[in-house]
Amino acid sequence: MKLHTISINNLKRRKAKMAFLTVGLTVGIATIVTLVTLTRSMSSDIERKMDEFGANILVTPQSNGLSMNYGGISLGGVTFDQREIREEDLAKIKTITNHKNISAVAPKVLGGIKIGAHDVLLVGVNFDSELKMKQWWKIFGDAPKADSELLIGSDTSKVLNVSTGDTVQIKGETFKVAGVLDQTGSQDDSLVFASLRKAQKVLNKEGVITLAEVAALCSGCPIGDMVTQIAEKLPDAKVSAIQQVVEGRLKALDQFKRFSYAMAGVVGFIGSLIVFVTMMGSVNERTVEIGVFRAIGFRKSHIMRIILLEAALVSLLAGILGYAVGMGGAKLALPFMAESKNAHLIWDTTIAFGSVGLALTLGVLASIYPALHASKMDPTEALRAL
Amino acid sequence: MALIEIKNVKKQYSSGDDVVEALRGVDINIESGEFITIMGQSGSGKSTLLSVLGGMNHPTSGEVNMAGVDIYKLPGEKLADFRAQNLGFVFQSFHLIQYLTAIENVMLPLAIVKMSTKAKAASARQALERVGLGNKLDRLPNQLSGGEQERVAIARAIVNNPHILLADEPTGNLDSKTSEEVMALFRELNDAGQTVVMVTHNPDNGKYSDRTINLKDGRVMVQ
Repeated sequence: MKLHTISINNLKRRKAKMAFLTVGLTVGIATIVTLVTLTRSMSSDIERKMDEFGANILVTPQSNGLSMNYGGISLGGVTFDQREIREEDLAKIKTITNHKNISAVAPKVLGGIKIGAHDVLLVGVNFDSELKMKQWWKIFGDAPKADSELLIGSDTSKVLNVSTGDTVQIKGETFKVAGVLDQTGSQDDSLVFASLRKAQKVLNKEGVITLAEVAALCSGCPIGDMVTQIAEKLPDAKVSAIQQVVEGRLKALDQFKRFSYAMAGVVGFIGSLIVFVTMMGSVNERTVEIGVFRAIGFRKSHIMRIILLEAALVSLLAGILGYAVGMGGAKLALPFMAESKNAHLIWDTTIAFGSVGLALTLGVLASIYPALHASKMDPTEALRAL
Repeated sequence: MALIEIKNVKKQYSSGDDVVEALRGVDINIESGEFITIMGQSGSGKSTLLSVLGGMNHPTSGEVNMAGVDIYKLPGEKLADFRAQNLGFVFQSFHLIQYLTAIENVMLPLAIVKMSTKAKAASARQALERVGLGNKLDRLPNQLSGGEQERVAIARAIVNNPHILLADEPTGNLDSKTSEEVMALFRELNDAGQTVVMVTHNPDNGKYSDRTINLKDGRVMVQ
């Protein structure tokens, strides 16, 4: 017979009450685990997509001229024909300190051309890196494989009245339309894409590029550092982070995180209240029992230890169950919450130990007052018989 | 020197503007090995006296010395330690812990004592055998009769070999035959050297004790 024998036997006897307490705290912990896990999994998913989708660093020529916009991205200047970046300089990007964080470098050459009677902006791209970066592109037909093939935007397709398989003439050369882009809502809809090499030749810009988009794996590194590192390697170029891409997504995520943590806080508080009310009820029910303990010589600290040990045991169980149920809930909810279908759940030991630790902390903290109340009971009044 | 010396003990309870004097200057000496019954009508102060004697109810004034110790001058939790080491209680309604077996109930006072679990179990078994319940160690209180529960309560009170055994109306909830058996058990314990102080309203119980103290309106009438 030790003090913990009393705690354990009491828990066994008051199964219904302790089950209610366990369920109450389990629901609280499970909700917190689900919210935190969902937030982290979604953060990871969005970060991964930020890495995979689109560029987050733009390399453009230094220019004192007026800015020109490309799909919401600021280009070097309106007279982009005059200032270019040497293609071979791009190799230097891969020599920066954080080169391992670079997912893709997509060089582009831009120039105006005429197709039939229409002025069109021709964009020379490296299709491998472009398609890797713009995974949201939907192509009717195929991506160009040969230099004589084109990919055209949906608006361009309508204006020029050409579709997949048709041919067009550019500066006397015949090009086949390999594919047409589905509407993207961006400036890509009114462009014509050719291979970088062919476009350079057509535009008489061999060996030079107009701009380069860089996709960096920014989840683990500060994008600002990478911008600085690239700028040092390319002193003649203007390197800038595409702030609206990075900050917009991070802001949305941050808001969701704050909401989740606020919810977790509220749920944690409610869980604590459940523990407090149940433990107070339990202590008041056990007035006579506590009176007997005090009468036979138990110290106040002994009474507190009995009550707090009971709270700790229930909280430990609630923490373990809460983690399991919470992770189950997160697994079920993630497909509905995450943007991509292949978002994966983050199994983190920090959350496992954290949920058990949180349950223990909430359970024990919420039981301190009931335990103090029990320990201060007057044995005479508690027993009433005396 | 007497084992217990109660010197001019007064106890007042305040209830709003009213002051109730439960004890009005009680002086009692109890020798080691005595069997004392405290009798009196309801409201005479006998239960208050027992709680004061049990170190659970601070008197308004006066002294309670046990084995030379003024127990109400003991600091903080030392009084609880004193109760654990020197006193055994038998309550009117037994007050057994319902979720503990007979032997676990008897081991309760030993839960805060540094002893091996084996030694605790041996002491508890021995105490239960003394009260004739050696064959019902693992019964829960609700599986025992009223008399048996009383015996478990007595075993719990004597398991730590207290200097003084205090009992409050131990036969109050028992039929007359069982009451006699329980009183005989108290007598038997006293014959073995145990000091017993018992509060009772049943005059028949007086015949088992060495001395009866009658209380009336918080004062000792007859010793």
